[in-house]
Amino acid sequence: MSEIETIENEALGAVAAASDLAALDAVRVAELGKKGRISGLMKTLGSMSPEERQTMGPALNGLRNRVQEAVEARKAELEEAELEKRLQTERIDMTLPPRAIPEGRLHPVMQVFEEVAAIFGDMGFTVAEGPDIEDDWHNFTALNFPEGHPARETHDTFFFHPQQGAAPKVLRTHTSPVQVRVMETQKPPIRILVPGRVYRNDWDATHTPMFHQVEGLVIDKAIHMGHLKGCLIDFVKEFFEVANVEARFRPHFFPFTEPSAEMDVKYRKVGESIEIGEGDSWMEILGSGMVHPNVLSNCGIDPDEYQGFAFGMGIDRLAMLKYGMPDLRPYFEADAGWTRHYGFRPWLSPSVAGGLS
Amino acid sequence: MKFTLSWLQDYLATKASLDDILATMVKAGLEVEEVEDPGAKLAEFTVAKVKSAEPHPDADRLRICTVDTKDGEKQIVCGAPNARAGMTAIYAPLGTWIPGLDFALDKKPRKIRGIESHGMLCSTKEIEAGEDHDGIADLEGDWAVGTPAAEALGLTDPVIDFEVTPNRPDWLGVYGIARDLAAAGAGRFLETPIRKAEGSAPCPIDIRLEAPEACPVFAGALVRGVKNGPSPEWLQLRLKAIGITPKNLLVDLTNYISHDRARPLHAYDAAKLKGAVVARLGRKGETLEALDGKTYDISEDMCVIADDSGVIGLGGVMGGQATAVSEETTDVFIESAWFEPLRTARTGRATGIISDARYRFERGVDPASCLEGLNFALAIIREYGGGDVSLAKVAGTPPERDVKVSFDRRDIGRLTGLEVKPADLKKMLKDLGFGIEDAGEAWYLSVPSWRFDIEQSADIVEEVARLVGYDRLPTTSLPLPPEGRKVVVTPAQARLRTARRVMASRGFLEAVTWSFMPKAHAELFGGGSDALTISNPVASELNQMRPSVLPNLAVAAQKGFDRGEREMRLFEAGPVYIGDGPKDQRNVVAALVRPVAERHWSGPVPAYDAIAAKADLFALLQELDQPPERFQVEAPRQPHWHPGQAACLKLGPKVTVAHFGALHPRVLKALDVDGPVYGFELNLNALPMMKARATKTRPVLQRSDLTPIRRDFAFVVDEGVPAADIVRHATSADKKLISNVLVFDVYQGTGIEPGKKSVAIEVTIQPEGETLKDKDIEAIAEKIVESVAKGTGGVLRG
Repeated sequence: MSEIETIENEALGAVAAASDLAALDAVRVAELGKKGRISGLMKTLGSMSPEERQTMGPALNGLRNRVQEAVEARKAELEEAELEKRLQTERIDMTLPPRAIPEGRLHPVMQVFEEVAAIFGDMGFTVAEGPDIEDDWHNFTALNFPEGHPARETHDTFFFHPQQGAAPKVLRTHTSPVQVRVMETQKPPIRILVPGRVYRNDWDATHTPMFHQVEGLVIDKAIHMGHLKGCLIDFVKEFFEVANVEARFRPHFFPFTEPSAEMDVKYRKVGESIEIGEGDSWMEILGSGMVHPNVLSNCGIDPDEYQGFAFGMGIDRLAMLKYGMPDLRPYFEADAGWTRHYGFRPWLSPSVAGGLS
Repeated sequence: MKFTLSWLQDYLATKASLDDILATMVKAGLEVEEVEDPGAKLAEFTVAKVKSAEPHPDADRLRICTVDTKDGEKQIVCGAPNARAGMTAIYAPLGTWIPGLDFALDKKPRKIRGIESHGMLCSTKEIEAGEDHDGIADLEGDWAVGTPAAEALGLTDPVIDFEVTPNRPDWLGVYGIARDLAAAGAGRFLETPIRKAEGSAPCPIDIRLEAPEACPVFAGALVRGVKNGPSPEWLQLRLKAIGITPKNLLVDLTNYISHDRARPLHAYDAAKLKGAVVARLGRKGETLEALDGKTYDISEDMCVIADDSGVIGLGGVMGGQATAVSEETTDVFIESAWFEPLRTARTGRATGIISDARYRFERGVDPASCLEGLNFALAIIREYGGGDVSLAKVAGTPPERDVKVSFDRRDIGRLTGLEVKPADLKKMLKDLGFGIEDAGEAWYLSVPSWRFDIEQSADIVEEVARLVGYDRLPTTSLPLPPEGRKVVVTPAQARLRTARRVMASRGFLEAVTWSFMPKAHAELFGGGSDALTISNPVASELNQMRPSVLPNLAVAAQKGFDRGEREMRLFEAGPVYIGDGPKDQRNVVAALVRPVAERHWSGPVPAYDAIAAKADLFALLQELDQPPERFQVEAPRQPHWHPGQAACLKLGPKVTVAHFGALHPRVLKALDVDGPVYGFELNLNALPMMKARATKTRPVLQRSDLTPIRRDFAFVVDEGVPAADIVRHATSADKKLISNVLVFDVYQGTGIEPGKKSVAIEVTIQPEGETLKDKDIEAIAEKIVESVAKGTGGVLRG
């Protein structure tokens, strides 16, 4: 056996025998390091005759390469073994609970506001707003509620203390004053939707002193009551997300519309819940009508040139009907259990294209 | 308003079924609220004849009756003392539900003291058809076996209750209802004018009108020698059916005419009148003991009826006790007047009296009906009470209500999209009582005296549309406006929506709480001004418009905790009020946390604190496109924040955008809330609107290829020095190259002298263009130390 073979056997044996990375590195240094045995042999090539070099060069290079490969291979082996060993110790009980991240929820009324806005937005409406504290003119007089008229009394109005000379301010009893504010400042055509808080002095199982309404107003030159019906039937179908809603309009009285109508939809009770659209009973869901000529005149719009319709609906009740809350009162109690149960996930953003709910 | 079907049929000739009549009512705008068919719930009960009633061998009080029923002859054991052979009784077969006893008879015959009983004989109380419970019903009249009990009891007349809208006082009388339903196609209106009563002599009682603006017309007549006993049975039945307890003829007939013709009357005991009857305004200091037994102070705004003794009635509202009719009354003076609606309403509100007369006068009584109403009363008195009737005396004249409406027929199509033939149109309007002067396109309509709601063409359009039926109107989807859809919400509304989603995504539950709160709470939060106090609150603790949402959230959080909730995180996006003007409302986002330290197996979890509230606020601002760096953090300016653990966020010297941190312990105590409680309130109206970008294209990304360098510094400063000052001064040492300064440690204790603290920062230096050499970095470090030292007095910690 030549010297080279002996060295190779010894080196490969040492590599194979190395039991950890440190031992392997010691072998590598001893053989292939600057002062290593094989490196030492490589240095002797310089002093050899060309003939000797011709045979010894390839032999020594071969030796060095094979040992190097063996070291690399062994290193990979040992690293793999070491990782396996470490993994055996790196154990976490993955059934343990993570840190709790509190979950937020959106209030159903606010969500339903957005659902309603999405549907009417698709019909070309934009959202307008006005103040909760109103004056007599905007809440009543401009809307054709004559002073002292019994229709005013039906509103159970909250009043502020009167100030010198002026009628006391009121908490708006409906969102209709925003109609007036918009018509006073904006030229037709008008197509607005007014969501907001409204107030009436009434508190029992089916009334709360504060509740929410959405008001709609469409003013143009050729808008008639057929449009009112079409628009609201389209809305109800979209809102309740059902293919068919049987609806009826019947005459009613509102001082600010003429003709006036209430809209009923058919429903049936299924156990505790209510199915809207078909069934054996009617439920009133909103009031509407053609804007009264006196209201248009009061707002500086010529009723001979422009006409249109308005509607108003209680959002709290619409939310109840769609989502089945049995009672109005917890709406305003900031009750965590109720909000978690009936509330909406933060990123559920209603749209006609992406679905309302 | 309640009425019965047979009553309606006095004035409506119809073959329509009850359901059809109800449908016509709804179509015409008479919103049916309830229909009570008294016969329907008595369907199981029928007339039976008792053939024999023998004593029970084992029970003294029981009788064994042999009864002839619709089901054949039955043996029925009965406990009623009045059970006797030959009586006509009401029979319930086995298995029947007995409403008054709230149980059902067994389906199989049951033995009572050993004797089988095959059904039950009932009292009227047991079948909820009367109050009689001393024994079983003992029916009068010769009823065939098997006749429905309802028929034998006279309970076949359905009672209809509907909502009278304030514009239609004429619906407060059955006569007016019939007219409307006939016009709507439910039958033929039976016009029934009242004949003039033939009087014997002029009315000796003088009637004077001293306030024609309040009472312009007053018709009266005297009847002498009346017998004021119970009214006839038909009249009593009708009143009972609509929920009015009959009293005596004179009282009942005024109630009857009020509901029949929507015409209130008043009956005075003429023996108790002194001198002339005067309609005038009230005088200071006058009082009236009214029919309800209460005494009312009279004001100068009220219209009163008076005689020489003083006030004897509130015109159109309620009569007085002193001149009231009773069973002893023999001479009666009937008043049929007209009172001005607004004044009547004011008097009604001022006194709080609710009466059928007030209800009708404040909505409007047909001014032309004075004489008719009086004659109607006189006719009934003469027929059922006898007596000597005087001639009617009329003072004043009915107010002129000659309303003419110019009606453009094209308005029907213009406003409703409906086409109606002129002939149909004419019929409908005539049926409603309108006079028509046909002048081609425009018609001139004279409005009937009982209609106060018709002023213009649009009102006529409604009449036509409701009589035709809204279901016949076209249904047309709303065409999109020519310019197409717009962005539905304004930027401010969009911001509110984003804010709500940010807060919910950060673990907060959305609340919607009252806009009002106890005045005391409002005062704690910087509000409570009198201009924002509600004068008639629904409850005394909800009397003040809120200056902040936080008290509502704090109270709710405590309530939740008391109910067993752990950490409560609530937010509300809604209004607060700083004044009563239209621009004094602000939209805020308020968030509040009542922290509970959660435990975790991995170690302590940091509890929510003032800085966590800051994190939530800043995250919100970031999402609203409001970089938090543009705001200054300063000491709180509102009284409800903890002076040392809260701050306000300002934009320049004037605008305060938000407050955040811990709520003041004293305020929490006053709210009865356990602290600590943290939160913020952000005024969305104070946030500037970000300018709309001219283009949607984003600017090119500028990024250095060179690796940033990070260096740590620790400065010892006075403990009062805000960390933000150190950051600011470090940053300003080289604004071009220093890209970030981060506070990563604040330390007080061993090695730091008392009153001082060590603040450690990590400074990121971002080379631009060329790599920085060691000496460049050294130079920047020196500048940082110098700048911080100069600005804060800080010394590099050795």
